[in-house]
Amino acid sequence: MSEPVLEVQGLTKHFGAVTACERVSLDLRPGEIHAVIGPNGAGKSTLIAQICGGLRPDAGQVKFLGEDVTALDTRARARMGLARTFQISALAMEDTVLQNAILGALGARGGTPGFLGRALKDKGLREAAEAALTRVGLNDVAATRTAELSHGQRRQLEVAVALTLRPRAFVMDEPMAGMGSEGSARLTRFLSELRHEAPILLVEHDMDAVFALADRLSVLVYGRIIATGSVAEIRANRQVRQAYLGEER
Amino acid sequence: MIPERWLNGAILLGMLAVPLWAWADGAPFTITLATKVAILALAGVGLNIALGLGGLVSLGHAVFFGLGGYAMGILASHAQSFVPLAETPFLIEGTKSMPVIWLVAVVVSALAALMIGLLCLRTSGVYFIMITLAFGQMFYYFAISWPRYGGEDGLSIYVRNSFPGLNTLDPIQFFGICFAALAAALWLHGRLIASPFGLALNAARQSPARVETIGLSPFRLRLTAFVISGAITGLAGALFADLNRFVSPTMFSWQLSGEIIIFIILGGIGRLYGPVVGAALFVTLEHVLGGFSEFWQVYLGALLLAVVLVARGGLIGLVAGRERPHE
Ligand SMILES: Nc1ncnc2c1ncn2[C@@H]1O[C@H](COP(=O)(O)OP(=O)(O)OP(=O)(O)O)[C@@H](O)[C@H]1O
Ligand SMILES: [Mg+2]
Repeated sequence: MSEPVLEVQGLTKHFGAVTACERVSLDLRPGEIHAVIGPNGAGKSTLIAQICGGLRPDAGQVKFLGEDVTALDTRARARMGLARTFQISALAMEDTVLQNAILGALGARGGTPGFLGRALKDKGLREAAEAALTRVGLNDVAATRTAELSHGQRRQLEVAVALTLRPRAFVMDEPMAGMGSEGSARLTRFLSELRHEAPILLVEHDMDAVFALADRLSVLVYGRIIATGSVAEIRANRQVRQAYLGEER
Repeated sequence: MIPERWLNGAILLGMLAVPLWAWADGAPFTITLATKVAILALAGVGLNIALGLGGLVSLGHAVFFGLGGYAMGILASHAQSFVPLAETPFLIEGTKSMPVIWLVAVVVSALAALMIGLLCLRTSGVYFIMITLAFGQMFYYFAISWPRYGGEDGLSIYVRNSFPGLNTLDPIQFFGICFAALAAALWLHGRLIASPFGLALNAARQSPARVETIGLSPFRLRLTAFVISGAITGLAGALFADLNRFVSPTMFSWQLSGEIIIFIILGGIGRLYGPVVGAALFVTLEHVLGGFSEFWQVYLGALLLAVVLVARGGLIGLVAGRERPHE
């Protein structure tokens, strides 16, 4: 088995009396989709924020590409190739779809952004941005103001911006939320291919998508991982069915 | 709706036409008013880079305006008294040369903006406004209590500083200098808006978390914008001091910081030509209404209220409509 790309050990995070994460350990291996499921408020977004650098864990360690990145900030982890999509879209709403994608390409280029050139006339930036938009199917709305997109389209744009970074791993927080069934089927097909470019840690409520995509599944309940395994193993797990899947069916 | 480009062109032409007409007509006072508009608009363009593009509501931009003014006042007063500024470790003489004064004004303002930015940009929202205001007051009281350069009374310069090849005492020529500075700053702001830096800064205003996750630092982007902004407002301060041949601590006052913000709000926040429209309106109102009543600012207040309530895009927004995403 090859080295994991991303490795989380014993992550713990308290918000006052609330324990959002308790000794969470998991890893992400090359070529796989590792899904994290769990009820609302289980601590999934808190886990992602600690992995990507937005939140500092109270205890535990995050390793990315074999390096301990726990002390690094979001930017440093992003530059190493960790791409995050947000549960609640974090996009420049007044800007166009293309400008948001170009921003991603700008980040991927590194260094200080130029002062006098035109961002939209920069061939390299523009090609990278347009390629990413085409891949998620947003090329038709490239010139649209982001605020005018539907919720589903904003989720797609989140994914497109992550693509422009050409990352070593994706961390996606509910990319299908708010998408129609057609959109989410389309994104499911897309992510299924994308895992071969870089592995995906996927938090998702859409069970059809999760069962179709996940190579492995972790179930997070009240901040703890109660089970990790293949889709078949998790489906058969009694504890999981009681704690979580039972409610869904 | 008139396209913003055309409107901008018309504004620039108007800025040129009024003083040229006044020149042909032999009305130097009108030229002086137009010069004042150009200089205040320049200060506004400086702030607009921080406020419009970066979302940084600085209530302390008078610091840079004042520093530019005092850079001019100090250098020129030493030149007119023939006393060097410093003799050790090496001789620094005063100067009456505008390009040198501008360079000093820009560098000093940029350094001040760097220091103030490093301290203030860790905060945001109301805290940022209050800290920038506090810095403004610090400089204001420092200038008042510094007797060497006039203290509360300020400093008078007898003859306007010189620019190679021009007669700066001729109002229309001095206007030309100020107009050129304004046009250059507008050009720079226009380029910044469309540049990768502007794109990133604009995104950092709307969604800082996004900018961090693509690997850029909102703090550094804002600091850079703040330095550029302070430098331009500092240049405006040096020109303003030259227009009046006088510098005083009021250049550092918070009222002045507020006026610069008013220019931007009147014209339209983030609109390239907003500060030009705002400053022109402000100076015109001051001149016309100030003749009737000491309380002309009441009318200004009413106008400001109307603009904020009716036209959130400022006067430019009223004529040219909503801002388009930048090309
Ligand atoms: N910044 C915060 N301060 C205090 N409590 C927080 C904070 N962020 C999250 N929490 C709490 O931590 C717990 C976990 O929240 P989190 O958002 O990680 O859940 P989640 O699994 O992502 O839920 P959802 O499925 O609704 O997205 C919740 O009880 C939440 O109220
Ligand atoms: Mg969540």
